[in-house]
Amino acid sequence: MKILVPVKRVVDYNVKVRVKADGSGVDIANVKMSMNPFDEIGVEEAVRLKEAAVATEVVAVSCGLAASQETLRAAMAMGADRGILVETDAELQPLAVAKLLKAVCDKEQPQLVICGKQAIDDDANQTGQMLAALAGWPQATFASKVSIADGKASVMREIDGGVETLSVTLPAVVTTDLRLNEPRYATLPNIMKAKKKPLETVKPADLGVDVAPRLATLKVSEPAQRKAGEMVADVAQLVDKLKNVAKVI
Amino acid sequence: MAILVIAEHDNQSLKAATLNTVGAAAQLGGEVHVLVAGAGCGAVGEAATKIAGVAKVLVCDAPHYEAQGAENVAELVKGLAGGYSHILAAATPAGKNMAPRVAALLDVAQISEIVAVEAPDTFVRPIYAGNALATVKSADAVKVITVRTTAFEAAGEGGAAAVESVPAAADLGLSALVSRELVKSERPELGAAKVIVAGGRGLGSAENFHGLLEPLADKLGAAIGASRAAVDAGYCPNDYQVGQTGKVVAPQLYIAVGVSGAIQHLAGMKDSKVIVAINKDPEAPIFQVADYGLVGDLFQVVPELTAAI
Repeated sequence: MKILVPVKRVVDYNVKVRVKADGSGVDIANVKMSMNPFDEIGVEEAVRLKEAAVATEVVAVSCGLAASQETLRAAMAMGADRGILVETDAELQPLAVAKLLKAVCDKEQPQLVICGKQAIDDDANQTGQMLAALAGWPQATFASKVSIADGKASVMREIDGGVETLSVTLPAVVTTDLRLNEPRYATLPNIMKAKKKPLETVKPADLGVDVAPRLATLKVSEPAQRKAGEMVADVAQLVDKLKNVAKVI
Repeated sequence: MAILVIAEHDNQSLKAATLNTVGAAAQLGGEVHVLVAGAGCGAVGEAATKIAGVAKVLVCDAPHYEAQGAENVAELVKGLAGGYSHILAAATPAGKNMAPRVAALLDVAQISEIVAVEAPDTFVRPIYAGNALATVKSADAVKVITVRTTAFEAAGEGGAAAVESVPAAADLGLSALVSRELVKSERPELGAAKVIVAGGRGLGSAENFHGLLEPLADKLGAAIGASRAAVDAGYCPNDYQVGQTGKVVAPQLYIAVGVSGAIQHLAGMKDSKVIVAINKDPEAPIFQVADYGLVGDLFQVVPELTAAI
């Protein structure tokens, strides 16, 4: 069974981004970039399925700038077998990425696609669901446990107020939640080995996909900043403030 | 053109998130319809007719909508979409699961977690864990949107909408619900609670998390939330998580106990009306957003606070 793992290059989760003064976006020049953390969980899950001899091959795919090669190398250092870069300088929105991934799936014919549930830059939480829709496949989003047997995936997923388990026919799209696993750190020998793994580059036009954005960003602004309030000395003063000043208890 | 709101429910009762979604729909200008897709969900349809501002309730009652799987419901919505300018769902796990699937079937973008409506085609939504707000304009004929429920007033009661039964779409048979385990709780839902007591890694263990926070929450009639660190450490279930990847809340009072205040956590609670932080580290970033900060040992402060309220 082949598993496809889409990975996105995003601003590192430790970086606090700044909105550009002209409101055109956030300033990402010279900030640290990393693999989207939810995608790392996806790579880890796929590699574990390969280690458990459930999967035979793990293919990482990234859509975006040439620099996304680094993200693919990171996935290969974790254990992905090869990488595919769909290279473009154009702004890619989730629907366009889903269409690119659908085209890659048509070619690669994976049985399972494991996406991160959301990217921490645009916080959209859409791509996996959209890919599943375009491919006509089932989806199991926000997964906290995945097992594969008899052409089906059994997926425990996080819902409001608890968990549910779905049984979906393969091929299917799974999106990862935080609890699914704890991604490994790539070892130096594996980082070196990853440099020699195959990395193929294609263009959106090669895949016959129109990636034109559907949403125009008119402006990006800073949210209203909350001001620090006051420090209270003890519980009595806190209770007094909550009762008599804020009037919330 | 009319606006379609996809109701969130458990076949018996309507979830409060639906009311906020109707509240957002009311700002778009157009007749508001609510779709209730489920199995044996007649009572939910009835409840939806009473929401103020709703003109029509579409009820689709069929066995294959019992679990409200995204595949089948999205297929149904695709068939209904022709008459609508906007399709809205709450930005809850259920809405986030389904809405992108609807959008892709219609070949349109989906606009996630809007916090404001600027115009019928222009919306404001948070990006980068709420550290920036993007104003986006859609060029699509149908706008498929998820709504951050805390950003919109809940629609009230007093409606008298008509009920229309709509035929089911074919069962795609792609997915089956094996089991669903819901934690029964007497406490209010996190998303709808007026008061939230949230714990972080500072609590040190699951025993302390429950032992210290529950009595305080009981006294305040509060829901209990948690930081990702507390969830990762196994102190409490994942659906307690407040933050960028958990729930976004905006209660009247948010009491953060032993929470350091990572930006991912702040993204989920900084719209609370009053924030109280209790932490032994005076440098903890949580104090920068707190209205009232108390530096101290939470093992002393929390029981004292519980006793004093």
